[in-house]
Amino acid sequence: MGKRALIIAIVGLLLLLVGLPGLVDRLTHGLLNVGYGAPVPWAMWVAVYIYFIGLSAGAFLISSLVYVFGMKQFERIGRLALFTALASLLTALLFIWFDLGHMERFFFVFTRPSFTSPLAWIVWLYTLYLLLLLAEIWFVMRPSFVRGGEGKGFKASLYRFLTFGVRDLSPRAMERDRKIVRILGTIGVPLAIAFHGGTGTVFAVTVARAYWYTGLFPIMFLVSALASGGALLTTIVAFVLPNGLGEHREEVIGLGRLLVLLLFVDFLMEIAEILVSLYGTVPAHFIPIREQLFGPNWWIFWILGMGMALVGPMLILTFPGRRSAVWTGIAGLLATIGFIGIRWNIVLPGFAVEELPGIGRAFVEPHWVYGFYIPSATEWGVTLFSVGVGVLILALGFWLLPLRAEEVAA
Amino acid sequence: MSVETMVKSVLLRMYEDLDRALKKPVHERHWGMVIDTRKCVGCNSCTVACKAENKLPPGVVYNVVIDEEFGTYPNVARRFISRPCLHCQNPPCVRVCPVNATYKRPDGIVVIDYDDCIGCRYCISACPYGARSFDFGNFYTVGQTPEVMPWDVMPSFEYGEEQRRDPRNPWRSPIGNTRKCHFCLHRLEKGMLPACVTTCIGQARIFGDLNDPESLVAQLAASPRAIRLKEELGTDPSVYYLL
Repeated sequence: MGKRALIIAIVGLLLLLVGLPGLVDRLTHGLLNVGYGAPVPWAMWVAVYIYFIGLSAGAFLISSLVYVFGMKQFERIGRLALFTALASLLTALLFIWFDLGHMERFFFVFTRPSFTSPLAWIVWLYTLYLLLLLAEIWFVMRPSFVRGGEGKGFKASLYRFLTFGVRDLSPRAMERDRKIVRILGTIGVPLAIAFHGGTGTVFAVTVARAYWYTGLFPIMFLVSALASGGALLTTIVAFVLPNGLGEHREEVIGLGRLLVLLLFVDFLMEIAEILVSLYGTVPAHFIPIREQLFGPNWWIFWILGMGMALVGPMLILTFPGRRSAVWTGIAGLLATIGFIGIRWNIVLPGFAVEELPGIGRAFVEPHWVYGFYIPSATEWGVTLFSVGVGVLILALGFWLLPLRAEEVAA
Repeated sequence: MSVETMVKSVLLRMYEDLDRALKKPVHERHWGMVIDTRKCVGCNSCTVACKAENKLPPGVVYNVVIDEEFGTYPNVARRFISRPCLHCQNPPCVRVCPVNATYKRPDGIVVIDYDDCIGCRYCISACPYGARSFDFGNFYTVGQTPEVMPWDVMPSFEYGEEQRRDPRNPWRSPIGNTRKCHFCLHRLEKGMLPACVTTCIGQARIFGDLNDPESLVAQLAASPRAIRLKEELGTDPSVYYLL
């Protein structure tokens, strides 16, 4: 295991252990000790879930630049992008699973499906996407499994197993694999657009919450998915790959150029939403925006969202980042963290307005409190645990799988 | 006619309407409610009756009474909007459910099947009236006071089944489910009015079959004083308010 993979593994393990008490409480007491309630039915776990789903969609769509659109420039990070998409997807699914009141019934979405629910649709699409991702990763890595399986030791026997007996490396077989990967990737692009646009649609069709009820919402989801996925990939290539800033300088700077464009489009959409809503006189439209900009959680919008996710990285990428891989990496890191704020501000302001004026004062009991939400210790615990699982999956990939360019040639 | 007989006659009339409706096939009924805001004094007894009837735990509330104040001193007034589930005929909560656990019955009542609900809370997000709550597994006395009160662990009889909440098992329904007003369906099926209707001290709540032109509820719903909440959303609620 490389030194950096070890560091990531240790970070993942620490997160997992710190969060473990929260997980235990979640499993033994259900949702008893969460900070949200009926007035705020979706909270931190949902925000983090859409964050990771966005990372996955973004990373996958960037991998399609290599495998569908044949951009040689990013060829060496194609596998990394695919595996990042897988790790993010699994983390996201973990979050939304823990959020269910009855985790043991999740499969009902397959056994008693509702075709009118966007939520059901996206779960089916996630499932298809997961299968497609696994298949694409296998086809991309198969040559490395075959070659790596020739030696001795644990890794070699694992690779031998992972070939599933398909050891043909003739030019014809390789050409067939490339073709399959291109087909899978080509199916994957509309699939990724559908499942992430669909995630936005879950919110956008909610007529009860004027803040979400706009046609721009699913599109914003997609653009910010691309931006956040690109930012995460930039960070990983620059700072996690051994000598990423040197060896992968071209990829980092190339990703940076892509990132600045995506951030700009996302920024435009944010501004459009904010200005249109603020201009009007409809409280259900402007209160969620006003709360974001000037409410007690103003820093989530200004510091995380505008500062770290959008404007800061855009400035860095436009000036020092144009030629410097270090600066591009820093911009990517800032945006990766900042987008958590953007995701938070997608979910929580939706509940800033009482459904009926005065309902918040009509009744007060545990889990029935309007206009106030802070994540509980249980929520933080489960969050750290699940992120830890995601980080460990990534570390495991770095340790065991042929994710890196050098290993392609080996 | 004394006030007592007037009050009695409203109740009696509602029971006659109810009997007539129950004789019809279920799909020919449309249960609905009219709430007269001028008769409501904001005493919250509907909320209390509902809590007691359905043994609702902390955080689960099917009915609320919203207290609004108007004007500046000395010209002030209050208005009370008591809000059960409005049992929309085009319910936004139903179509977002990923597993068909919540649905509209042929008689117009929007119900939840506790054994099917996965607890995703999409319906709560989708309800424009804040009418749905979630059972997080809280108890009033279990773990809160030295002695566990018997009423705290007694079963309710929602949907005609014994619904027993288990303090030691958060995986057992109805804990972990969305819960909502069902117009006391278990009482209706036994020929009784919803608990909130029988308890209302001002007879502000009128219940019955909106499909029956002879019923009191249908006649009051046709009044020019009658409005429905957020009608512009196209939800078509079965609860009317007389202003």
